[in-house]
Order: sequence, then C-alpha cells, then structure tokens
Amino acid sequence: MGLIMAFQAAIPLRQFGAQLFIANLIGLSMLRELGPLMTAVILAGRSGSAFAAELGTMKVREEIDALKTMGLDPVRFLVVPRVIAAVFMTPLLTLFADLMGLIGGFVVMSSLGFPLITYYHQVQYAVSYGSLVGGLVKAFVFGILVAAIGCLRGLQTGTGATAVGQSTTSAVVSGIILITITDGIFALVYYYLGV
Amino acid sequence: MAEQPNGRPIIQVQDFTAAYDGHVVLEKLSFEIYAGEVFAILGGSGCGKSTLLKHMIGLYKPAGGRILIDGEDIAAVSGDERMKILRKFGVLYQSGALFGSMTLIENVSLPLEEFTDLPPEAIRLIAMMRLQRVGLAQAADLMPAELSGGMQKRGAIARAMALDPQILFMDELSAGLDPVTSADLDQLVLSLSHSLKITFVIVTHELPSIYTIAHRVIMLDKQQKGIIAMGTPQELRDHSRDPRVRQFFLRQTSGEHGSSSAQPNFRAH
Repeated sequence: MGLIMAFQAAIPLRQFGAQLFIANLIGLSMLRELGPLMTAVILAGRSGSAFAAELGTMKVREEIDALKTMGLDPVRFLVVPRVIAAVFMTPLLTLFADLMGLIGGFVVMSSLGFPLITYYHQVQYAVSYGSLVGGLVKAFVFGILVAAIGCLRGLQTGTGATAVGQSTTSAVVSGIILITITDGIFALVYYYLGV
Repeated sequence: MAEQPNGRPIIQVQDFTAAYDGHVVLEKLSFEIYAGEVFAILGGSGCGKSTLLKHMIGLYKPAGGRILIDGEDIAAVSGDERMKILRKFGVLYQSGALFGSMTLIENVSLPLEEFTDLPPEAIRLIAMMRLQRVGLAQAADLMPAELSGGMQKRGAIARAMALDPQILFMDELSAGLDPVTSADLDQLVLSLSHSLKITFVIVTHELPSIYTIAHRVIMLDKQQKGIIAMGTPQELRDHSRDPRVRQFFLRQTSGEHGSSSAQPNFRAH
C-alpha cells in the first residue's frame, strides 16, 4: 500500500520538486487512516466471515442449542473469546501494516535517491505519537466491531447450509459498512479533539 | 419392549400451546410422562414433534400453558433455578451436535468441567466410564469428524449422560442411520432404561424402533395441531380406529399422491 501510494505520489510531486513530502503523505495516511482501515477490512473478509461461518455451522448442527441445554451461555463460550482475540490482534496487525506501508514508502524514496535517515526524520517530523495512538485506538474499536458482527451474524443463522453462506456474506458486508461509518465518526471526533 | 414402569409423573404437559410468529403449531396439549418409561412422540413431517421437544427442554417459551419437569416450570424460572432443572436432563440432538473442535472425551468432559469441582483426573475417569457405557472407549481421543454417524450418536448419548440425568430427550434417534446401527442404538436405550432407570422421551418415526423400545407413544397431527392418539404402540397398531394412526402404523399411503394402483408400472421389454 505504502509502495503504491509513494510511487503514484512521486510523479506529480516531482513537478514541484517536493518528492521529500512523500514521507509525510505515507506516514500520516498509513498511521492515521489506511493502516487501521485496511487491516479491519481484511479482517472482516478473513476473520469476520470465518466467525460467522463457524458459529453458523454450529447453529445449523444444533451445537448452540446443545450449549444452551447444558446451561452454557453461547455468548460467554463462543463470542467473548473471539472478540477478545480480535481486540488484541487488530492493533498488532495494524502496527504491522503501518510498518509495511512505511517500508514500501521507503523503497520508492530510496529509488528517488533519498537516504534512510532523511526518510526517517521526515516521517518523524510529520507524524506525531497522537496519530499513531489514534490509529491504534481505531484498530481496537474496529477489532470489536468485526468480531462482534461476525459472531452476531453466525448466531442469527437460519436453517440449512444456504443460511450459513448468507450469514457469511452478511458478516463481511455489515462489517465493512460498520467500519466505514465508525471511521467517519472517528474523523469527526479526532478533529474536535485536535488529534 | 421393556416392562411397563409404574412411576410418578416426571414431565407434565398442561394445556400447552406452541406458536411461531403468531402461527399456532400445537394447541392445548396435555399429557404426562412417568419416571422410568420410554415415551415416544410420533407424527408425520411438520406436525410439531421437534417443536414440542424443544419446548420441553426450555429452548422456546410456550405460547400458552406450561411444561413441568419434575414439578418445576422451566420457562418460568431463570438463573440458578433454571440450572437446577437443566441438570435433571440430557439431550441428544438429531445431528448429535458434538462440538467439532473438541475430541470425543473432551465433549463428554465439558459438562463435568463446567458444573462440578472434580479434579481433571476424576473428570476423565467419569467421561471414560460414560464412553465405555456406550461402547466408545477406544474412540475417546478421536475428533467427531472421524466418527461414523452411529458413533457420533452414541458419543452424544455419552455426553448427555455425563451429569447423571433423570431424563434423556432424543430427537430422531435413528435419523440417517442404517437399520443395524439403528437396532444397536435401540438396544443401548433399552439397556440404559433397564440399568439406570432413566426416563426417555424420543421423537421418532421409525416403526421398528417404536415397537422395540417405547412403553407408550403419543401421535401428533398437523391439521389437528394436537394429539390424535395415545397408548402403547401395540394398542395403537391393533385397535386404533383413526385412519391417520392406522396409516402410520400400517405404513399406508395418505392418498394425497394417488392410490397404489397409480404407481408406475415398469415392464421388461
């Protein structure tokens, strides 16, 4: 992502002799916006759908009913562990995505003749800790949303194998829509908080 | 068939009505199931057999009336009171419903881990005893997907018996199984009924099974939304005047799709 953005930005910025600002573009957009957003969208496609399929299959096979008649709460037993896992892993994966984006940006910058230290200082100058933490807070919330909607759709599954497919599709679509809306709300909140 | 027990009523269904989205499926049902008996719920597809069972085990709340398990209304209580009732019975679901991510012995151990303070060694021992009871000790560490349909059913029976229930509810005991495996399961039910005096409530439409294991049966009907016959399987087969009951027990066609003479006539050329 960082590599593609840097490469595409390099062409117009070169006309103004402003290639150095590619570092600002990559640093800010990856850490504040694209890192958490792309990670969450990929997670919605990968893990949200998997949660919906797993729980949906359990519902169709009456395993959820079996839990209930054993006196075990399906939410505590099936949903809570998945949400906790997503809450911890999404910020970590976002950090990884941020790092990969920054490395991609550096690959383009170095091909334009900028040394690593220049890129590093420029990113450090452009990006505050607030941006990094703001991005990770978003990732934390996105993690909850992706896992919760995946599990919810799984538990709402009707009867038959077709219903599992519908739940899986619905988990991905609802997940991405929720992430996008929440991202918009974050943009407003961060604007008013001055993050 | 086993000897007819003469116990106290352990399940009482009183003026029970079931409805989905305002559409009544069963209306004003009343009957009692006695401790120690093997009780079968019969009827054609869509007559509400599984619906009745799911209300009995507390998955749904009745639209009217009540169902008492050992004198207590499962739909009217929550928390610890509900847990006390849930521990009195085990359920065998149509698909077995063993948890696919756990081995067989972990499945059987789960209720023991959740509801007892026993050490892990004791739990494993009890779980192994339950598996031995159903003849699956050798398969203890296999995953459910590695077991045949009949083995999955027996494993699910072992799990349902984990906490020594008084009642076992079984939804379609023989569904999807070959006749030999079905007969094996029938023998297992008879043996458990004899040795442990467990009350069985079985939803089925397998006639051989009904004759072998059931002390009493009720038959439900889709149009009537209620019970059309109650008694021993032999009584219903030999003495019922209701054509729907006779059709069921004598395996006659309903006539909805033409008479037997209208069946295709394949001739060799």
